Amino acid sequence: MQIPKTNVTLPNVVNTATKERKKKRYTGTTIVYVGLIVYFIVIAYPLLWMIISSFKSTDEIFTHSWSMPHTWLIENYVTAWKSGISSYFLNSVIVTGVSCFLTVLVSALGAYGLSRFEFQGKAFVLIICLGGLMLSPQVSLIPLYSIIQKLGIYNTHLALILPYVAYRIPLTILLIRAYFLSIPKELEEAARLDGCTSLGILFRIFIPMSTPILLTTTILTAYYTWNEFMFAIIFIDDDSLRTIPAGLMQFRDALQTDWGVLLAGLTISAAPIVMLFLFMQKYFIRGIANGSVK
Amino acid sequence: MLKRNKLTPYLYLLPAFAFLLLVYIPIFQNIWDSLYEWSTFSPDKVFVGIDNYVHLFKDPVFYQALKNNILYAVISIIFQVGGGLIVAAVLEDKLIRKFSPFFRTVYFLPVVVSMTVIALLFTFFYNPEVGLLNQVLKMIGLDSLAKPWLGDSDTAIYAVIAVSQWQSIGYIAMLYIVAIQKISPELYEAAEIDGANKFKMFFHITVPQTKEMTFVAVILTLTGAFTVFNEPYILTGGGPGTSSEVLSTYLYKTAFSKDMMGYASSIATVILIITLLLSLVQMKAFKTGKEDA
Repeated sequence: MQIPKTNVTLPNVVNTATKERKKKRYTGTTIVYVGLIVYFIVIAYPLLWMIISSFKSTDEIFTHSWSMPHTWLIENYVTAWKSGISSYFLNSVIVTGVSCFLTVLVSALGAYGLSRFEFQGKAFVLIICLGGLMLSPQVSLIPLYSIIQKLGIYNTHLALILPYVAYRIPLTILLIRAYFLSIPKELEEAARLDGCTSLGILFRIFIPMSTPILLTTTILTAYYTWNEFMFAIIFIDDDSLRTIPAGLMQFRDALQTDWGVLLAGLTISAAPIVMLFLFMQKYFIRGIANGSVK
Repeated sequence: MLKRNKLTPYLYLLPAFAFLLLVYIPIFQNIWDSLYEWSTFSPDKVFVGIDNYVHLFKDPVFYQALKNNILYAVISIIFQVGGGLIVAAVLEDKLIRKFSPFFRTVYFLPVVVSMTVIALLFTFFYNPEVGLLNQVLKMIGLDSLAKPWLGDSDTAIYAVIAVSQWQSIGYIAMLYIVAIQKISPELYEAAEIDGANKFKMFFHITVPQTKEMTFVAVILTLTGAFTVFNEPYILTGGGPGTSSEVLSTYLYKTAFSKDMMGYASSIATVILIITLLLSLVQMKAFKTGKEDA
C-alpha cells in the first residue's frame, strides 16, 4: 500500500514501517561504521607507524615492527636535525615565507586592478590568468631551467621563489578578485571623496576587509611551496640550499641504513604543514573547494 | 566622479604580468626547442625540424610511459572519483554526522603531507624483507603473494599507483563533501517520505546532483595522472627497467641524465597537448553548463 504524502500521521501503518526500517538501518549503520573504521586504519596507521618507529632503533624496527618502542629514542630526532634537516628546514621556511608574501601581494594588486577598473584588454588579462591554471610545470621545465641559468639565479633561493610565485599567481588572483568584487562600491566612493588614493583604498579598505581570503590563499601557497618537489630537485644543486622535499632525497641516500633517523626526518618534514592544516582547516578546505571549481 | 588615470589599472597588473612571463615564455620556448638537437654542454642548437617527434613516435619507452599514464588515469578515476564520492556520501549521511568531522580530518591528512614524505615512507612498507605489506600478507596466510613490490617489473607500476590512491582519495572526497552540502536537504526528506532507501537516494539524488563536481574531479584526476612525477620518481625511478616509467620521469631522464634537451622538449610538448586538451574540454563544458542555467 502506498502511504499518501500528507502531514497527517497514520499511526499503525507508519509504526510497523519504521520498525522495519530501523532494524534495517541498524545493520546498515554497522556495516558503514566498520567500513569507515577500516578505511581509518588504512589511512592513519601508516602515519602513526612513521611517528612511532621514528623513536626506535633500526634493529627494533626490523624485529618489532608493530610494537611500541622499548625505549623512546629522542636521539633520532637530534641526529636527523643535526645531519641536514635543520638546514633544509630553514631553506623551506625562507622559500615558503618569501613566496607566500610575494604571491599574495602581487595577486592582491592584480586582483584590485581587475575588479575595480574598466580598461581595454580586461577580458584578455582574465584569459591570461585563467590560462595559467592549465599549464603544468613539466612542460616548462627545460626552458625554465635555461632561463634560470641565464638570469644567473641557478642554485639560489630565487630559482625556486620566482617560478613558485609565477605558478601560484593565476589561482590566487582569481580567488582574491572574486572576493574583492563582493566589497560594496559605496565604501570605495566614500573613501575617494575623503581624498584617499586608489592605492590607499586598496591597503586601507580592501586588504583589511579581505582577511579570510588572504589567509586562504596564503595557506594554499604555503602548502604548495612547502611540498613542491620537481623544481626543488632541478633548480638547486647545492645541498646547503635545498628545501625539505629535495633534501629528503639526499638524506635518504646518506642514511640508507638508519631507518629510525630517516623516519624522524620525515616526521619533522611533515609536521609544520600538518599543524597548519589542523589549525586552519576551514581556510584550507575553502581554498581547495574554490580552487577546483573555477 | 573623479577622473582616473587610464594607466592605473595596468600599473596594478604589471607585477603579476612580469611573473606570468615565467609561465608563458617557457611554453613557446619549449615548442621551439623541440625542433632542435641540443644539450646543456653544447650550446649550439642544430635545427632538426620534426625529427625529434618522428623519433619519439618510434620510441618504445615513450609508448611504455604513455601506457602507464593511461593506466594511472583509469585506476585513479575508479578509486579517487568513485571512492571519493562514496566516502563523501557516507560522511555526509545524517547517521554519521556526529563523528564525521573527525573522520574527515584524518582522511584528508595524507593530502597535506608531501608526496616526498609519503613515497619515502612507502618504500619501508614495500621493503621485500621487513616491509609491513609482506608481513601482513604472511600473517593472513597469503605468503605466496609476498614479493618485492617495487622491484618486480610486473607490480612496480601498480605499487606506485596505489600510493597515489592512498594519498588522494581524501582530496576528491573533500570536494564532494562541499558539493553534497549544497544539495537541498528537502530532496532527501522527500525521498525518505517516499520510502526510498539509502542506495536509491545515493543513485537518484547524490550522484546526479553532484554531476558537475564529478566532471571537475575527473578532469583534475586525469590531469594529475598525465603529469604525475613525484611518486614514480621517488619510489622506483621508473624502474625496474622502464616498467614504471611515465611521461614526466622519461622527460626528466632524457633531459637531465641523458642531456638530450631537444628530445626531452618534444616529450614536454606531448604533455602540453594532452593537458591542454583536457583543459579545453573542461572550459567548454563549463561554458555550455552556464548557458543552460
